Amino acid sequence: MKTHQFEVLVVGAGGAGLMAGLYASKTARTAVISKLYPTRSHTGTAQGGIGAALGNIEEDHPEWHTYDTVKGSDYLGDQDAIEFMCEEAVQAIYELEHMGLPFDRTPDGKISQRPFGGHTNNITGKPVMRACHAADRTGHMILQTLYQQCLKNNVTFYDEYQVVDLIMVKGAAAGVVAVELATGELHIFHAKAVIFATGGHGRIWEITSNAYAFTGDGPAITMRHGLPLEDMEFFQFHPTGIYKLGILITEGVRGEGGILINGKGERFMEKYAPKVKDLASRDVISRAIYMEIRDGNGVNGQNYVYLDVRPEQVNKYAALDGRKRPDGSSYTVTGEEILAKLPDIVDFCRVYLGVDPVTQPMPIQPTAHYAMGGIPTNKFGEAFADEKGATVPGLYAAGEVACVSVHGANRLGTNSLLDLVVFGKYAGLRAAEFARGAEFQPLPADPSAFTREQFDRIRKADGRENAFDIATTMKKVMFDDMGIFRSGKGMENALEVVRELQERFKHVTVTDTGAIFNMELMNVWELGNLLDLAEVTTVSALARTESRGGHSREDFPDRDDKNWLKHTMACVDEKGRITLKYKPAVMTKYEPKVRTY
Amino acid sequence: MEITIKVFRYNPEKDKKPSYKTYKLEGIETDRVLDLLEKVKGYQDGTLSFRRSCAHGICGSDAMRINGMNRLACKTLVRDVGTKITVEPILGLRVIKDLIVDMGPFFDNYKKVMPWFINNDPEPEKERYQSPKARALFDDTTKCILCACCTTSCPSFWGSDEYLGPAAFVNAHRFIFDDRDQAAGERLKIVNDVMGVSRCHTVFNCTLACPREIQITKAIGELKMALVDGKLD
Repeated sequence: MKTHQFEVLVVGAGGAGLMAGLYASKTARTAVISKLYPTRSHTGTAQGGIGAALGNIEEDHPEWHTYDTVKGSDYLGDQDAIEFMCEEAVQAIYELEHMGLPFDRTPDGKISQRPFGGHTNNITGKPVMRACHAADRTGHMILQTLYQQCLKNNVTFYDEYQVVDLIMVKGAAAGVVAVELATGELHIFHAKAVIFATGGHGRIWEITSNAYAFTGDGPAITMRHGLPLEDMEFFQFHPTGIYKLGILITEGVRGEGGILINGKGERFMEKYAPKVKDLASRDVISRAIYMEIRDGNGVNGQNYVYLDVRPEQVNKYAALDGRKRPDGSSYTVTGEEILAKLPDIVDFCRVYLGVDPVTQPMPIQPTAHYAMGGIPTNKFGEAFADEKGATVPGLYAAGEVACVSVHGANRLGTNSLLDLVVFGKYAGLRAAEFARGAEFQPLPADPSAFTREQFDRIRKADGRENAFDIATTMKKVMFDDMGIFRSGKGMENALEVVRELQERFKHVTVTDTGAIFNMELMNVWELGNLLDLAEVTTVSALARTESRGGHSREDFPDRDDKNWLKHTMACVDEKGRITLKYKPAVMTKYEPKVRTY
Repeated sequence: MEITIKVFRYNPEKDKKPSYKTYKLEGIETDRVLDLLEKVKGYQDGTLSFRRSCAHGICGSDAMRINGMNRLACKTLVRDVGTKITVEPILGLRVIKDLIVDMGPFFDNYKKVMPWFINNDPEPEKERYQSPKARALFDDTTKCILCACCTTSCPSFWGSDEYLGPAAFVNAHRFIFDDRDQAAGERLKIVNDVMGVSRCHTVFNCTLACPREIQITKAIGELKMALVDGKLD
């Protein structure tokens, strides 16, 4: 078994991991370990934009961005952290541009911006152009640019090494255990500081925009060490996924004037969000789509509605809304402009649906998209050990895997990319600073014992059960009972099914007995992570007897600020029992108000 | 409908030489080839190994030869290729196991063109300005996802994996034609190497193979022109 030593280890090479690696490596010996080649990371699939109040096209302020984010979070987001992120946003965008990121440009050469859901002019309440974009591949450009900068700065990478355990010594992080996929060998990475940037876990749900890789390895690992997971009940369903496939169709489509239409040909968002209509927050729109479908207003009686960006439709509704360009002229688009601004969306629709969005509407349904919850951290990425604010020495998290919490109960579009860049940077800086003042802790006698035990158990199981079947059942029940709308009864059912699946999982084995690229073994291990996270998500959700942001209960339809303006902190003990504790949401100057769009 | 999928198999820990294995399964017209491979792996043969992640043509993990063409398995549907499908690893790179190849030489070539932004002037307080026209000059080549469909379809690359190949040229183009970047001259020297653009014989395989529809041959042509006349617009 090989042992490596670095001062700082970053696990995951998406936007947050690369940013952390870039910054930590300036002053500390750093390695970035990733189960995927870095440019395969899920950040690359983000489309519409990254939010920052540059005010390049119209008036905007970081304070407006802060308020919109607080409101978007349904007041559960920690306001000090949100303020920090929105203030940092402006400089973060300039930094990306200085790194060479090819943003689209305004006619006068500045970074171009477009409207996005929930981002408003705080005086008029109308949508504001805040999302900085590079066509509809903004995430791709961020991922490429950050990877390029890492190469330029000689950051050390371990590509296709999958981290499977965290090494903890006396309550502090001391390294990780990883499988080198190409050989199957276990490696010990000894470190002073470990940053988890492993992304989300949307593969729990049947319809999802998430990559196969999004199996929640990071939170599953820290949870097994008795560390808490925050707000796991809050998972975002993005309103516009391609019907049946779940592939994301960016909110940027609506930013460019696209509208949602039900089976009766009605623009139904007028009913649910009279002010900003199709640019309401994601949770609001996903619920609206669900209710339209439930009321029989799906297209052809099916579980989908249309997203329509045909120029004649865009122009018709823009005229009705009185939408103007910044120079005061009326807002109109042509087919060529749609193609130029949304080339990937047009491509996805043509390939997967055989639909050309310039001449036909797109069939869409909500899709499991983003984990608001995760490993609890402060705004410097330092991981919390409990609900009282003690931190785990040497442990950091950033990006989707972390819960700062800047997204609260519902994330605003464009804030995930912003989160990666801002908190990835600060986690990297803070981890390097910590490493400078810390010694390497002596490693335990056999740091990979637990990992070997886990893999041996899978290899030696009786094989009575099939992993694919278990995954399919989990995804279905989670989508049906732990989806956009939830109820006590449904969630209890989901919990029962998931626990049954955890039992059945013990009988899953692998037929691949080899060492080299044994993807079957890794996939089974990942399924175990998904099941554990499905359980903690459901337990956290069942306890929350209110509706807030992404957590909507039919049996508790109202937000309950008196009892629930607090974050869930879920811990698992050695016997697998989940206990829930809570900590208050941080408020600075924004009192909770009724949330309308 | 019944689908027959014939897959290249090679397990270095067991097999002396590669073979093909055929699987039959039920599918529909809109199934992705990746969906079929997942089902085969899930229910018929767990040992089948391949890379995949995003499943919609953005991460670039699952480049394969599908019915003889380099394509992404997640962006190729049954309706595109029919119900008799042959899947093989991309060519020109060492097969490690089944459909997984050693991407090392591919990424080494990519890194040779200095694929990172270089501008040594003091950074302005805000963004550097760039006109939409200047931005458009390299828009197409920013789309590259490094899947290797292009490079591994190129006969010159099959001849030698030292040949920089189309993907490296695409990434060189992305920076050479970006008017904010200051290292165009250096990069042009690199692509002018004996293992550079002179080995491109304009067979268009790369352009046909690109799942992002990048006009690669055109981009390489622009590099060749810049080498001749030194102009970058």
